[in-house]
Amino acid sequence: MTTTQILADRRAHIHEKGTAPFNIACEKQSVAGSVSQRACVFCGSRVVLYPIADALHVIHGPIGCAAYTWDIRGAWSSGPQLHRMSFSTDLQEKDVVFGGEKKLYQALVELIEHYRPKAAFIYSTCIVGLIGDDVEAICRRVSAETGVETIPVHSEGFKGSKKDGYTAACNALDQLVGTGDTTGISPLSINILGDFNIAGETWVIKDYYKKMGVDVVATITGDGRVDDIRRCHGAALNVVQCSGSMTQLAMKMKQEYGIPIIRVSYFGIEDMSKALYDVAEYLNDKTVMKNTQNLVRDEVSNLVPQLRKYKHDLQGKRAAVYTGGAFKALSMIRSLRTLGMKTVIAGSQTGNKQDYKRLQELSDEGTVILDDTNPLELAKFLEEKKADLLIGGVKERPIAYKLGLGFCDHNHERKIGLAGFEGMLNFAKEVHGTVTSPVWKLASLRDRLVDRHRLLDGDRSRNGNRFVEGGNAS
Amino acid sequence: MALLRHTTDDVVERQALTVNPAKTCQPIGAMYAALGIHRCLPHSHGSQGCCSYHRSTLSRHYKEPAMAATSSFTEGSSVFGGQANLLQGLNTIFSVYKPDVVAVHTTCLSETIGDDIPQIADAAVAKGFVPEGKRVIHCNTPSYVGSHTTGFANMTKAMVDYFSTSTTDEKIDGQVNIIPGWVEPADMSEIKRLVKLMGLDGITFPDTSGVLDAPLKSEYNMYPDGGTTIDQLESTGDSAGTIALGPICSGPAAEALKNKCQVPQETLPLPIGLRATDIFIQALRKYNGGEVPAEITAERGRLVDLVSDMSQYFYGKTVALWGDPDQLVSLTQFLVDLDMRPKYIVTGTPGKAFLRRIGEVLGDSVKEVIAKQGPQADMLYLHQLIKREKVDLLIGNTYGKYISRDEDIPLLRHGFPIIDRIGHQYFPTTGYRGAMRLCEKILDAFLDRQDRDSPEESFELTM
Ligand code: SF4
Ligand code: SF4
Repeated sequence: MTTTQILADRRAHIHEKGTAPFNIACEKQSVAGSVSQRACVFCGSRVVLYPIADALHVIHGPIGCAAYTWDIRGAWSSGPQLHRMSFSTDLQEKDVVFGGEKKLYQALVELIEHYRPKAAFIYSTCIVGLIGDDVEAICRRVSAETGVETIPVHSEGFKGSKKDGYTAACNALDQLVGTGDTTGISPLSINILGDFNIAGETWVIKDYYKKMGVDVVATITGDGRVDDIRRCHGAALNVVQCSGSMTQLAMKMKQEYGIPIIRVSYFGIEDMSKALYDVAEYLNDKTVMKNTQNLVRDEVSNLVPQLRKYKHDLQGKRAAVYTGGAFKALSMIRSLRTLGMKTVIAGSQTGNKQDYKRLQELSDEGTVILDDTNPLELAKFLEEKKADLLIGGVKERPIAYKLGLGFCDHNHERKIGLAGFEGMLNFAKEVHGTVTSPVWKLASLRDRLVDRHRLLDGDRSRNGNRFVEGGNAS
Repeated sequence: MALLRHTTDDVVERQALTVNPAKTCQPIGAMYAALGIHRCLPHSHGSQGCCSYHRSTLSRHYKEPAMAATSSFTEGSSVFGGQANLLQGLNTIFSVYKPDVVAVHTTCLSETIGDDIPQIADAAVAKGFVPEGKRVIHCNTPSYVGSHTTGFANMTKAMVDYFSTSTTDEKIDGQVNIIPGWVEPADMSEIKRLVKLMGLDGITFPDTSGVLDAPLKSEYNMYPDGGTTIDQLESTGDSAGTIALGPICSGPAAEALKNKCQVPQETLPLPIGLRATDIFIQALRKYNGGEVPAEITAERGRLVDLVSDMSQYFYGKTVALWGDPDQLVSLTQFLVDLDMRPKYIVTGTPGKAFLRRIGEVLGDSVKEVIAKQGPQADMLYLHQLIKREKVDLLIGNTYGKYISRDEDIPLLRHGFPIIDRIGHQYFPTTGYRGAMRLCEKILDAFLDRQDRDSPEESFELTM
């Protein structure tokens, strides 16, 4: 299909739209020996639970697992910052031989006494799974003795992929849900699931709901609070974004409390508007619907003219999207279209069949769809497809730059909120900034020499610049 | 917002807990060292997460792609061992990524399971998974032992174990092995420059210059141009001597090389600061007939000149520093030479020798210093000390920024990781010129602060 050399085992994970009937392999363990961009179960649990800011997060294991997850995710909290500390049992050799239970117990007692958190999450890492510490029993004991609910998170890294970490996190959250008092919760109320308040995004979304007249009971995974989660089963609806991470909790709540679920995305004009309308429609309240119409109309009419100048410069540029789950890639493709851009590569670390199917339906002919790719493969496709932009995470960023293309972080390390209508404007600015950056013209010395005259003789009077001649010194 | 509002000034002795660690785990050190071999792909024998974290952290620090493969352990491997994964892994790596060397390190998981890497590597060779002329090396890096620095040391030693060969009894005159220790790519370049100026043929290993500070060429190159080649590594066994910089990171490799190939070795402090650089130059003189070129003398003179010009601003300033032992010892020495006062010195890397070494460089002149090592020597502890008695300057990695903000103390970033600034990859802090850069950064911190804080009447134009 292409000149890219592809690992034989990888072929099934790659699909080029229009070349064959769609049947992508996914949800598999990475091939051993590949430079996979994926992470582990622990990583999945940690990123999901991390934003619960008034809980204690203790990592039971050797130091590394804790050190690498210390405050790397910009999940903002409007109050407590306890989640940004890094607590580790820092297991030593003797603990591995004799077990780490005593150490864990002691650490928990010390910490809980000192910080008096609202709850504590205890993450098991690979080694704990292997040495067989009874974390469950320790947690029960600590809960009983301290009165602070201490919840084990079964996140041993080798027990699957990041997705299994989401499951472990949902199970842990499930212990809290349903333990609080729900009196006074409005029937026009929702929970926000799967938004992590990166760069304050949850606040933007929450504000929209407020304007619609909808109460938000709990923002479980972004600026989260233990007490809100305890009573979130009183909400009328669970609104789930980032389908991978929180769907299971929502499903449980549906079974146990009959709370219905809608799945949304807050990225891009279309998906954002649809999310709000879906919620309004579900709640079936005239005022809410009216408010929603007003809100969307105001926001969109404010936004669209501002996007024009970016779209002008970006028209026809080619983008590659590589995300954690595939659902998010859908919104990305739509948002890029809004900016006049074409997605030539779309992929994810852990997408499922259904999402990939929708992804390829949405894609143009010739778009390459990738599951669990590696840098070499990604770089080859970026070159072949002549991408101007890569959207991805920390490990993808330097690859894009080395190739001389623009990059936009749509993962934990984004520093600017990309959700909501204002997020779309930020997205446009960021994409524009990186794709049209002069640095790419400077990249190649040879091209630069050929281009020298043009580069030096730019029309100085353009763009509203003023060059004021100084008077001659007499 | 007091981000660390949880920190109180009572220093609580903790037994079982590390809060905000001043270290990380062994494998990342092994990975960093392995990237200093030309066309080498590090391989993490364990589950995917570790590898992903190590690569991300290196990428954040260097702003470069950090390549490494993983055995992708599953539940099955945790029960039956990771042999099948590593075999398949090596096959995949050599057929797709085509490195010259695969450097395998273990993780907590594979260590605890007890996989025997050399035996698996032999099996891979027997099965024909390792092409002619390609090499697989390994080291053990359980993270419940040591820290990232010892992981670096282990992989560096593995280079000796696997490559160094003594081909003659006659050692090659003027060929010196330099083991630079865990320093930045720019430091490795600087060290090489000094060796060259001294008229010597140095073999520097590992050497991440040209790998983790690679230029942008508008093409993706999985193996950038830098790194020590296999030929060079083999030839280390014929060198006239080895200079190991930093006992923790470089000592074990130098010792192994001495035992294996009878190459005499000297383990020195990392050449950070004036005195440690002097020691390094002295050691090189033994191999070049004693010459010190005028260029180096002039660099040294310039450094002393700078220090004399600005000594009033250094005088008596107190410093808290944290990071890796080899770095801390040399930095402490330099601060003392600048007439500053190191006050708190903290490393998460366990090992009692550290305290002795710090004691030596402090001598009798500096008093009331608190130095601590090991699991509870963490950033929380350091913060508590600072709350009790403030310092004028912080020197350490990015994780100091919380304390810097909360206590309004300037932070000079040095060490690993630095994930919120650039410069460390490109501008050395080793050698005399590196020391000048450190001086510049220290002075900028103090003088900027003075400009910011001084009332209008004493706001000075000239300083
Ligand atoms: S501490 Fe061990 S288990 Fe954790 S990241 Fe490091 S190697 Fe992996
Ligand atoms: S040890 Fe396990 S839990 Fe920790 S980072 Fe590695 S794979 Fe993840």
